Amino acid sequence: MEAVVAFFSPIYILMLAGILGYEIIGKVPVILHTPLMSGTNFVHGIVLVGAMVALGQAVTPLEQAIGFLGVLLGAGNAVGGYFVTERMLEMFKSSKGQEK
Amino acid sequence: MGYLIETVYFLTAALFILGLKRMSHPTTARSGIVWAGYGMVLATLVSFVHPQITAHIIPANYVLMVIAIAIGGAIAWYGAKKVAMTAMPQMIAIYNGMGGGAAAAIAAVELLKDHGSHAAAPATSVLIMAVAGALIGAVSFSGSVVAFGKLQELKFFKDDAKFRFSGQQKVNMAIFASAVLLGLVVAVSHSTSGGLISVFFLLALAFGAMMALPIGGADMPVVISLFNAFTGLAVALEGFVLGNSAMIIAGIIVGSSGTLLTLMMAKAMNRSVSNVLFSNWAALGSGEAQEVTGSLKPMEPPDAAIQMAYASKVIIVPGYGMAVAQAQHKIWEMCKLLMERDVVVKFAIHPVAGRMPGHMNVLLAEAGVPYDLIFDMDEINEEFSTADVALVIGANDVVNPAARTDKSSPIYGMPILNVDHAKNVQVIKRGKGVGFAGIENALFFADNTRMVYGDAQKVAAGMIQGIKDLG
Repeated sequence: MEAVVAFFSPIYILMLAGILGYEIIGKVPVILHTPLMSGTNFVHGIVLVGAMVALGQAVTPLEQAIGFLGVLLGAGNAVGGYFVTERMLEMFKSSKGQEK
Repeated sequence: MGYLIETVYFLTAALFILGLKRMSHPTTARSGIVWAGYGMVLATLVSFVHPQITAHIIPANYVLMVIAIAIGGAIAWYGAKKVAMTAMPQMIAIYNGMGGGAAAAIAAVELLKDHGSHAAAPATSVLIMAVAGALIGAVSFSGSVVAFGKLQELKFFKDDAKFRFSGQQKVNMAIFASAVLLGLVVAVSHSTSGGLISVFFLLALAFGAMMALPIGGADMPVVISLFNAFTGLAVALEGFVLGNSAMIIAGIIVGSSGTLLTLMMAKAMNRSVSNVLFSNWAALGSGEAQEVTGSLKPMEPPDAAIQMAYASKVIIVPGYGMAVAQAQHKIWEMCKLLMERDVVVKFAIHPVAGRMPGHMNVLLAEAGVPYDLIFDMDEINEEFSTADVALVIGANDVVNPAARTDKSSPIYGMPILNVDHAKNVQVIKRGKGVGFAGIENALFFADNTRMVYGDAQKVAAGMIQGIKDLG
């Protein structure tokens, strides 16, 4: 039974996370499409974590080199994605301030 | 340690989901990215003590990790802070490509690793996921780099037609099929051969670039959005390979939301995603385009300003030209002057105005235009017939009436803003060139259209002066 649960739990995760992503976007006004696309771009920057694990386990110089590149790219995705999104959304805040 | 990691990853996933949820509403959007940011910082910090690393600590790897994060983070931080708002679409493209590259790199390390020596060999199904993630990630990487080059208008990428040749799709399919085949061979045979794996990656990278090269700049938003979904999927697949729950959840959410966003963007252009990817503008139309008759009638900015100042309703249609000229501040300043004269001013946004959905909204928000003056195409299209002046700022294809009438036009069927229904039309344009789709615009030749030539920011300044001179 445990083996069955272990087999199915990733499939449940797949289904639920998939529906969730679909639902989150579905209700978004057009004005937020670009920032949200940027936001989701930031979220997949979590790949950094995987790259760190890959580099951490690297043994040969080749593995280390590729792992290093992976962490570098992953960090770029996460950091760049964050600040681009933040800059865009910052503007929405400032325009709200002027409305008052 | 395993519990600590999983607890933090669980928290991270929750923060990502709540963050994205908040990002989908204008008033909470800003806090949303901050929440997601905390999640990312937590996950990154705790990963330094991930059991998969601490099982066999190699100190040099930690040094490399810190250096890589510092370099990658610093470059990306600098780029994200310094780049102009108009260049945002290509920045998203390049950061997205980096994510895809990182996913591919994880797969490369996993595939190259000689599992015989220090760990239990992974199952074939795991290797298939690693290969699939590598393929998708590599395609996203090279494709995004091409998209960046195109939007940045780098010289090499400028001419889309240069990259089109007969039988292109067959060549692309052949490359893709060989990549898939080679990937399966690597996965099934558990091969750690560097040569085989390198060829596999080269084929995947080549396919990504070949796929993006012939696509015109006007279609790039859809393509970038698609690559964004690809990267999400690649991250999720590598998450399964590493058994990393944060990557799995975040990756799938991005994969599904990115797919939906891509479909929505393609729909706004009245094209299917496969149509964007596999057909070129030039190949679409059948027969010659309708002849455009009439002449272009120029108008000076002060005269245009007077026409607007005595109007009762003005609808402004911003396009990429406004973004390029950074004219949003001047335009809003002009609108405020018009509003002081009791002119009703509204902004009409086409879903694909600029280079990305919402691109114009971001720029107008930057200038301080309140939301309630900004309308989507569906909300405002009826109103053009009641407008005295429609002011088009550097928009072209999204206001081209040929999309309604001319079946041979490459943009036929795309919903457009009914600017031509307004009593008077003013078009601010830098020169007489055609739009991104490379076609003439009958609107510019219409009897009630006046062309105001010049850089949008300078024209707006001229208009402001014109209104002020009226006193």
